This record gives sequence, structure tokens and C-alpha cells, in this order.
Amino acid sequence: MDLKQAQAWLNTFFISIEEHKAYLSELDNPIGDGDHGFNMARGCTAAKAALEATPPTDLNGLFKSVGMSLLSKVGGAAGPLYGSVFLAFAKASLERNPSDDYAAFLRTGLEAIVLRGKATVGEKTMVDVWHPFIEQFPHSASVTVIDALVEATKPLKATKGRAAYLGDRSIGHTDPGSFSSGLLFKAFIRSVSL
Amino acid sequence: MTRGLVIVSHAYGIAQGLKALIQEIAPNLPLTIAGGLDEHTIGTNLPRVQAAFDTNPASHLHVVYDLGSALMNVEMAQELTDKTIIVHPCALVEGAFVAATMLLSNLDDDRITEELLKLKVK
Repeated sequence: MDLKQAQAWLNTFFISIEEHKAYLSELDNPIGDGDHGFNMARGCTAAKAALEATPPTDLNGLFKSVGMSLLSKVGGAAGPLYGSVFLAFAKASLERNPSDDYAAFLRTGLEAIVLRGKATVGEKTMVDVWHPFIEQFPHSASVTVIDALVEATKPLKATKGRAAYLGDRSIGHTDPGSFSSGLLFKAFIRSVSL
Repeated sequence: MTRGLVIVSHAYGIAQGLKALIQEIAPNLPLTIAGGLDEHTIGTNLPRVQAAFDTNPASHLHVVYDLGSALMNVEMAQELTDKTIIVHPCALVEGAFVAATMLLSNLDDDRITEELLKLKVK
């Protein structure tokens, strides 16, 4: 993975967050506080501006800059979660190139999410997309599979985050963090040669 | 070692209001807040929690917070600071009040933690 590919990945992600911001917040309405899309869009806009102001020279610089922007600008739980993901990617890319083992690279992000959010599989969180995507990689590297993983959060009952207060009423709604994670992975498979 | 209190809330107004309440009983307690993303935007973030830790004159900080993502940012800031940080999963207003009262009376950390556990809500 070279810097150009990684930038293409993140730019594609930023664009799709912007395109889906209203939908993401709509998903967040019934089971959260209705701000996931707008929070993420604010973070991605800040991340884009920071990258333009100070263009990174390597993968570490790119991921670190994005991580810090998301940590400072997102505001909701997605801030520390996605922020930690990109800081973990920054660290991982210092050790070896992500393309040496994409699943191992992505797993450092999942580990950061689990450490920060303390969620496990089946709790209707972004972990429910991250975990199977990485476990099934590279087989999971298709839009169809990613969409199916996101869709599979619908029947789950939330036991983490604000949605947990809704109990059974959280069933039947797509988890917004899983949807935005799906956007990250779709941008990834579109931009990176696997 | 000086001990202080940090209040973290998603809303600037809540943090500011609670600070005023605490200062009423403990005007000299080292107290800093991280409230909102700014005065008008709801949320918490790492830089503001870090600033509340850094600008607090005390080196030993008791922290109270409101909702889930506040804790994530507090924990990140905790990992990045040299100060001693004790985080309490207690009710925000009552917890801040009890912590301030006990800090003023110079009660030790274990006693404060024990008392705040009675107000545990998360």
C-alpha cells in the first residue's frame, strides 16, 4: 500500500460519509442520539482540511493526522473509536507495510475499538462488522459481503451504548456505527489493490 | 501532592454550571472542566479532556463525567498524561459534590472512591 492508495482510500471514505451523513444520522435516530452522520461528517471535513494544510509524507503521518482530527472533531462515541482506529493504523504502518498482511493491519484497528469501547461480537456495534470482515478477509472483500455484514446487525439486540436502553426495541434497526464501518471497508476495497 | 477535581460533560453549560456549584462550597479546590466540543457544540473530545488535566494545578486528579463517550476520552487522556487520574463512574452532580467535600476534608483516595461507588450509575 503506497501513500497514494491510502489517500485514495481515505478520500473515498470521507466522500461517502459526506454523501451518507443524513442517512447515518437517520439510522441513529431510533436507537441513538441521531447525530452519528453529522458528527462523522464534521470529523471527516476536519481531517480532509488538516491533510490539505499539512500534506503527510508517509502512511504513518497520514493515519496519525486523520486519527487526531477525528479525536478532536467528531464529538460522540465515534470520535474516540475511529480516532483510536487510525492511531492504531499509524502505529501498525510503522512496523510493516499494511499490504504485507491486510487482515493483520485491520485487526490492529479492531483491537483499538475493543479496547476503547469494550464491546464484543453480537452486541450490535461496529465490532459486528469489523470482526467478521477481518476474519473472512480476503473473501469478505466485496461490496455484497460488506453490505450483508452491515445488514446482519439489524436483528441484533443492542447491549452496548445508548441503544442498549431500548432493549428489544433496538431489534430491526441497522447499527449506524456498523454502517459507517461498512463505508470504510467499501472505500478500502475500492482503493487498494488486493 | 496536591489533589484536584475534573468535570467532563457533553454540554459546556452543564460543566460550567456544576463548576459554579462546586466553587460555592470549595472555592480553593483545584478544579477544571471539559465541557462540550466548544461553548455551543455538544460532545466530548480528547484535546479538551487533556487540557482540563494539564491546566489543573493539581497533579492528582479525581474525574467525574456524564455519558459513555466521555469515559472513552477520559481513558485516552489518562493513558497520555503523567498525572495520577482516578475516574469515578458515579452520578455527575452528586459525585462532584461528594468528591469536592471529601477532598476539602483531606480524606484519602480510597475513602473517596468507596463513597463515590455508592453513587455508581454506570
